[in-house]
Amino acid sequence: MLLAQVIVGGLLLGAIYALFSAGLTLIWGMMNFINFAHGEFVMLGMYFALLTVLWVHGGPAVFTLAAALLLFLAGVVVYFALVRHVLRGPMLAQILSTFGLALLLRYTAFWIFSANVVSLPQTSLSGVVNLGGIFMPLPHLVAGLAAAALTLALHVLLTRTSIGSRLLAVAEDRRAAMLMGIRPDRMQAIAWGLAAGSAGLAGALMATAYPWSPSVGETFVLTAFVVVTLGGFGSVLGAMLAGLIIGIIQALSAFYLGAIYKDVVVYALFVALLWFRPQGLMGKA
Amino acid sequence: MKWASLVLSAALLAYPLLLPDPFYLDVGLSFLLVALSASAWNIVGGYAGQVSVGHGMFFGVGAYAPLLVFNLWGAPPVAGVPLGIIISLILAVGVGTPTFRLQGHYFSMATIAVAELIRILVGTWPLVGAAIGLQGPAVGRAWWDLTFRSELPYYYLFLAVLALLLLITQQVERSRFGYYLRAIKSGERAARSLGVPVQRTKLYALMLSAVFTSLAGSLYAIKTGFVDPESGFGLLISVQMVIIAALGGAGTLYGPLVGALVLIPLQTATNDWLGGGGTGLTYILYGGIIVLLARFEPGGLHELWYAVAPKLKRRLQRKERPHAA
Repeated sequence: MLLAQVIVGGLLLGAIYALFSAGLTLIWGMMNFINFAHGEFVMLGMYFALLTVLWVHGGPAVFTLAAALLLFLAGVVVYFALVRHVLRGPMLAQILSTFGLALLLRYTAFWIFSANVVSLPQTSLSGVVNLGGIFMPLPHLVAGLAAAALTLALHVLLTRTSIGSRLLAVAEDRRAAMLMGIRPDRMQAIAWGLAAGSAGLAGALMATAYPWSPSVGETFVLTAFVVVTLGGFGSVLGAMLAGLIIGIIQALSAFYLGAIYKDVVVYALFVALLWFRPQGLMGKA
Repeated sequence: MKWASLVLSAALLAYPLLLPDPFYLDVGLSFLLVALSASAWNIVGGYAGQVSVGHGMFFGVGAYAPLLVFNLWGAPPVAGVPLGIIISLILAVGVGTPTFRLQGHYFSMATIAVAELIRILVGTWPLVGAAIGLQGPAVGRAWWDLTFRSELPYYYLFLAVLALLLLITQQVERSRFGYYLRAIKSGERAARSLGVPVQRTKLYALMLSAVFTSLAGSLYAIKTGFVDPESGFGLLISVQMVIIAALGGAGTLYGPLVGALVLIPLQTATNDWLGGGGTGLTYILYGGIIVLLARFEPGGLHELWYAVAPKLKRRLQRKERPHAA
C-alpha cells in the first residue's frame, strides 16, 4: 500500500511536470528553440501566486489565474524584446539569451525573496482524501488533476482550434503560413505566451501543495528537458505521458535511494536517453 | 597582430614586478585563471560553436583530482593532474558522443544536466569529502608539493599554461582542423556535404577543451589547497567561462583575455562595494550582461570594435580635413 501511495504521489507531481514541459515542447517544436529560463517561469508563477494570496487574499482560482495571465504577458514580452531578435542569429546568441535570462530571473528572485524556503499560507484547500486506502493531501490531488486537465486542454487547443492550426502552420512552414495571411510574429508571440502561461499555471498549482525557494527553476528546467526528450520533439501528448513516467521514476528513486538522489536518477536518465533513444518514446528513428 | 601579442606578453610578464602588492597579484592570478578556463571553453564553444553551459564539470574534476590523490595516498597533488585529465576526457566522450549526432541544442542541455548531476553526486560522496570538500597539504613537504608562500611562482605557472594554450589555439586556427571547426560553426550541413567529418571534429574540439579546463581546475586547487562542490562544480564556474569568452569575442584567440580584462576588475569592484553578500548580485550582473550580449552583440567586444573602429577612423579623418585645406 505504501508503494501505491508513492506511485500516486509521483503521478500527481508528474502531471504538473507534464504541464510546464508542454510549454517547453511547444516552443521547441514550433521554432526549434530551447528556453533555458522555462524553469524560472515556473518559479515566477509560484511567487506570483504567493503575492496574490498575501496582497489580494485571493483564493486558489484567483491566484492560479493571476499567475497564468502574468506569465502569459511575460512570455509575450520576452518574445518581442529578446527571442525575436536572436531567433535567426548564431547558436551562441540563441542559447545565451535565455540562459542569461534564467540567471537574471533566478538571482533577482533570490535578492527580493531571499533564499528561504516558503510555502503558500493555508488556503481553502486542505485536508487528506482517502482513495481506497491511499491517503493523499487534498492540495496535491487537486493540483495534479488540474494540471493533467490543463495539459489535455493545451493539446486540444493546439490540435482542434483555429489558433492551434495557425500556430502549427507557422511551425511547419513560416513562409507558406505568411502567404495564407497568418502573421508568424504574432503566432510565435502567442506560442511564447502559452508556454510561459502554462509554466505559470504549473507553478501556481505546485505552490498550493509543495514548498519552494528561488533556486527551484534549475531543477524544473532540467526535469522539463528530460520530459520533452522522453516524450518526443514538440509533442504535447508525449510530454503528458513522459511527465507521468518521470514523476513515478522520481518518486520511486526518492523512496528507495533517498530524496537527494531523485534528481540524479532523472538527469542520468536524460544522458541515457541521448545515448540510446534521442527521438523519445513516440518519435520515429 | 604580432606586435599586439608582444605587448601583451611583455605586460603579463612584467605585471607582478610593476605591481608587487599582494592585492594586485591576487587580481592578476584570478585574471590568468579565468582567462585560461575561458580560452579552453572557447575551443569548443567559440571556434566550433557548440555552446557548453556546464564546463564546470571539467574544471571541478581537474580541481578534485590533485587533492584526492593527496588525501587518499599522500601523493603530491601534481600527481593528480593526469588523473583529472583522464576523467575529463572520459566525461567529454560520454557527453559529446551522443549529443554531437543531434542538433546543437542537445549538447547545451546535456552539459548543464551532467554538470548538475556530478555536483550533486560529489556533494553526497564521502570519499571526495561530500559537502565539505577536500584540503591539500597545509605545509609543503618538499618543492614538489607546489605550496609556495609567495603567490609569484603561481603567477608564472598559470601564465606558462595560458601561453601554451594560446599557442596551441593559434596552431589550431591555422590548421585543417581549425578550418573544419569554422566550417561547422557557420553551417553544419554545408560542412558535412563538403566532406568535413563533423561529429569527430566536434568531439576532438571538446576533448581538447576539456583537457585544458581540467588543467585550469588543477592549477586552482593546487594554488588554493582547497575545493568544495561549489568552488569546483558550481554554476558560477561554468557561467564565468561562457560570459568571459562571449564578452571578449567567442571564437577569437584573444577574446577571452579581453573579456577577463573587463570582467575581473568589474567583479572585484562590485564585490568591494557590496561586501560578502555580493555573490547573488554578481549573478544578476552576469545574467544582465549575457542577455544584452546575446540581444545586441553576440560577437562580443571583438565584433563591436570592428563595427565601431572604421566609423571612428572616418570621423577622425573628417576632423583633420579642414586643417589640410
